[in-house]
Parts: sequence; structure tokens; C-alpha cells
Amino acid sequence: MSSSITFVFITTFLASTVEAIEMVTIVVGVGATRGWRSTLIGALSGFAVLVAIVAVAGAALNAIPIGTLRLVVGTLLLIFGLQWFRKGVMRVAARGFAGVRELEEHGERWEGPGMDWTAWLLAFKGVVLEGLEVAFIVVTFGATAHHLGWAVIGGVSAVVITGAVGFGIHHSVTRIPRTVLQVIVGVMLTTFGTFWSLEGLGIEWPAGDGAILGLLSLYLLTALAYITLERRRLLGLNPGV
Amino acid sequence: MGRVAYWIKGFGLFWYHFIIGDDWLLAASVVAGLIVTAVLRAARVDAWWVVPLLAIVMVGVSLRRTSRRVA
Repeated sequence: MSSSITFVFITTFLASTVEAIEMVTIVVGVGATRGWRSTLIGALSGFAVLVAIVAVAGAALNAIPIGTLRLVVGTLLLIFGLQWFRKGVMRVAARGFAGVRELEEHGERWEGPGMDWTAWLLAFKGVVLEGLEVAFIVVTFGATAHHLGWAVIGGVSAVVITGAVGFGIHHSVTRIPRTVLQVIVGVMLTTFGTFWSLEGLGIEWPAGDGAILGLLSLYLLTALAYITLERRRLLGLNPGV
Repeated sequence: MGRVAYWIKGFGLFWYHFIIGDDWLLAASVVAGLIVTAVLRAARVDAWWVVPLLAIVMVGVSLRRTSRRVA
């Protein structure tokens, strides 16, 4: 294997892994919170749309306005994430670290006969947006280095391996109390929503993709602070908040 | 006609509850934050901090509004 092929493979694999982690995080988080059936159907629908887009557009993928897509999807995720953030803070403050049994009675899990369209749409959006970004990375690196085949292998391997890791840990994620999980997923959706919507506006983050970790830490600390304040209010220690 | 109107109303309510949720203030503040960021960016001001700051403040405001409603 020549050094240029190795470079293209490793670069597309690592860059695609970053996007795939975001995709799997959203799917596993939504699945563990809302239920797996509708989430997995949403993710598979997203993959089907993605495959159709890639098959039709092929190397012309670079023409799709990714900035606008990031702005729209990011804004929706941010609004939705803030709702979960707020509800999660209120529930953890009220019930503490409620166990799984308690969650099944009062949680957000869908128990209706049909499709949970909220879970479906969240998984669908996450897969389509992140999958398109993987496709852009593959096309950009592959076409530029004239090794599109190796770039495709790098991108697909990243998605398959990250997906397998996500599938492997989904039982562990389900064991996390639902109230806590709702805060965590709310914080994650808020983080990705903030990052993508501002990238869509053309904003450059101070640390590039590293800003995601900064936002995640900031929102987690905020959630803990609000949980403490809400708990104090509920206990009558701080009625003004 | 009544059936169509019922379907359209249901469709609209689904999207309202899905996007806006329990507190419209959060959705409105996100849109306002993005508009302010776009305006500041056009004025060449580094404005990446506006939306995170607004999000943190508005979750607090929303929590307070909810606790007052419940009380």
C-alpha cells in the first residue's frame, strides 16, 4: 500500500469516525430514552435516503449546501435539546436518580401502538446529516487524492465500527436512570445543535471541532447547577429561584 | 372538508409540539440568538458565545416560569 493510499485511508477513517460518533451518540441516546423500535426505523430510513442521495449525486455531492443543512438541522436539534434539558433538570431535581422501573411508569418512553415520530425524526436527522458529512469527507479527500475507492473504504469502515461499538454499549446506556439519561441526551442535543447551527451561519469556533467538548462541559455544569437550585427550591431552601 | 381541516390541524399541532414544545420562549430565544449572531457576524464581531450564553440563561428563565406556573 503506497503512502498516499495510507494517508487517504487513515484521514478519511479518522475524520469519518468523528462524524460517526456524533451520529451513533444521537441514535443510542434517543433509543435509550424513547425506545428502540422507532429510533432504529428512523436510523435505517436515514441510511436509505443517504444511500439514494449518494447514488444519485455521486461526486456532485459537494454541490449540496451543507451550511444551510447544518443551520436548519442544528436549530431544530438545539430547540429540541433545550426542551429535554429543561425537563430533565426538573425531573432529576424532583425525583433524584430514579430507577428504570420508575421511568417505565412516568418516563418519555413511547408505549403507543404506532410509530414514535419524535424518535424516528431525531434518528433520521442525525443519520442523514452526519452521513452526508461522512460522504462529503470521502468525496473531498478521495477525489482530491485520486483514491476514491480507499476513501470510501475508510469512511464506511468508520461508520460500521462506530455503529458496532454503539450497539455493543446500548444495554449499558439503558441501565442509566431515565431521568438522568434525559438530562444527558438533552445536553448532547443542545451541544450538537449549538455547534451545527452556528457552523451553518459561518461562525468559526475557537477550537474547531474541539469546541464540542467545551460546549458539552459547559452545558453539563449548567445542568448540575440548575438541578441544585431546583432541588433547593423544592425543599423550600431557596423559594425565590 | 371537515376531515381535511381536522387532519391539517392535527399535522400542525404535531409540528408545534415537536418543535416548540411546552415553552415557546426557548424556541423563540434560539431563533433570536441566531439572528443576533448573524447580525454581529455581518458586523465582523466574533459572536460564537451569544447562543450558548442565551441558551443557559433562557433554560433558567424557563425553569423559573414553570415553577411559578406550578406554584
